[in-house]
Amino acid sequence: MANSRSVVLKLYKTMLREALEFDSYNFRMYALRRIRDGFRENMNIKDKAEISEMISYAKENLDIIKRQTTVGKLYSAEKLIIENSEPRENKLSSEKVIA
Amino acid sequence: MNRATTVFVSYFRRRINRDVTVIKILDSESYSPTTNSIRSYVTETKESNFKKLGNLPGRPHYLDAQATTPMDPRVLDAMLPYLVSWYGNPHSRTHAYGWESEAAMEHARSQVANLIGADPKEIVFTSGATESNNIAVKGVARFYKSKKKHIITTQTEHKCVLDSCRAMEGEGFDVTYLPVTTTGIIDLNVLKESIRPDTSLVSIMTVNNEIGVKQPIEEIGAICKERKIFFHTDAAQAVGKIPLDVHKMNIDLMSISGHKIYGPKGIGALYVRRRPRVRVEPVQSGGGQERGMRSGTVPTPLVVGLGAACEIAMHEMDYDHKWMEKLSQHLLDKITSRLPNVIRNGDPVHSYPGCINLSFAYVEGESLLMALKDIALSSGSACTSASLEPSYVLRAIGTDEDLAHSSIRFGFSRFTTLEEVDYTAERTIKDVERLREMSPLWEMVQEGVDIKAIKWSQH
Repeated sequence: MANSRSVVLKLYKTMLREALEFDSYNFRMYALRRIRDGFRENMNIKDKAEISEMISYAKENLDIIKRQTTVGKLYSAEKLIIENSEPRENKLSSEKVIA
Repeated sequence: MNRATTVFVSYFRRRINRDVTVIKILDSESYSPTTNSIRSYVTETKESNFKKLGNLPGRPHYLDAQATTPMDPRVLDAMLPYLVSWYGNPHSRTHAYGWESEAAMEHARSQVANLIGADPKEIVFTSGATESNNIAVKGVARFYKSKKKHIITTQTEHKCVLDSCRAMEGEGFDVTYLPVTTTGIIDLNVLKESIRPDTSLVSIMTVNNEIGVKQPIEEIGAICKERKIFFHTDAAQAVGKIPLDVHKMNIDLMSISGHKIYGPKGIGALYVRRRPRVRVEPVQSGGGQERGMRSGTVPTPLVVGLGAACEIAMHEMDYDHKWMEKLSQHLLDKITSRLPNVIRNGDPVHSYPGCINLSFAYVEGESLLMALKDIALSSGSACTSASLEPSYVLRAIGTDEDLAHSSIRFGFSRFTTLEEVDYTAERTIKDVERLREMSPLWEMVQEGVDIKAIKWSQH
């Protein structure tokens, strides 16, 4: 169990870190929210088979995030008004997520 | 530059040396023979669009999710291989390129079918909900026209259903346009009374695109089944957002759109029941793809995107719906607590929370939209957003002319953040207050004059 716990935690942090790379404000915020809620939702799963299934689902999504953040950077758009008006706050709230 | 490019460039120079602009491009250091001219259009329009916005400190926030939704990165991720490497025609039966595309298409078909509880064989891919609606309305009406010549629809349908019905009237059909109550929902008794022995089709949308109202689809389906009439529903705004089951709801035909559910634009689907069989006369003639109902090569990348969007929607439906409720509650609470005389159009309970249509009394909707240029909003359907006429949907639910003119639709997507909604509410409140301050009508209302009682003199 301890083993899967550390795997899951590592995966969680990696996903959040990668999701921060989304160039689009909306995609970034959604990804952060979805990852956090998804992991929290399934926090109490005990069944081993189910856990490994969830881990592979998360890994698939991690790969998608990695590829799509790259694509997003290739075709980036201007920042949204909210991002420009309170850049620090946005960054802080995202950093808080990781810590 | 490799040799081929050098030859190509020198050939070009000799051929069109009169064309100064071409020479300029060729001589500039940034010249790359493949993409520069195509990309430059993108950057140019990007810049000019940005200039049009004036001195905004950034891109506007997108709150028009009923017009279209951004494509989910997960959808794009599923599509990209079929745009880059696997380009086969899914109808090619003689080689691997065709087989891999066909497999992807059939997988997508089952993803769409799963979302609405259908069999994959009952899904026909089309170019979008408009085409699906055309095939459903015209196809069913024309196929059964020898015996049945009556169609029932509602006044609040999307333009493409109303226009298809109008076209059928031209072909000698009778069409009943059901009225709706002030909340936007049809009266089931009126529907029952409108049914005639020669009624072939009832077409009623699931979720309205302007006011977000949900029609009682299950009850309508039961009535249609009992009377043995085909029931078509335009579910473009509902699929993937609220639970739908074609068997439980007795739906015979259902229109689905890709770009309203975070999928690509230019793709949609039509569900056509097989047992008991619903026959449609195809609108488009051709190679007989999609069981002959919609000829034309199926666009594999788009179909893969639609399939992925449907699978994600099924997985995320509860999660997204809770988010929509949270956002709409926040917007409504904030606006109604600080602004008087705000009217919500449409039923507050039987509606999809991702679509909120509000009328701000004594404010002109267009001027409010102009003032709120840092938020991408619309007063109603995108199809009619170019005209200043008030929406026919609002007129159908009996909204006063002046209130119909002051309506704004707030549409949320799964990517909308709470901060954006908060910003939108804040800006709306500020601008409505400012515009009301300038309005003589508002001043009179504050002084206690009953505006409706005034007899405006006519010149």
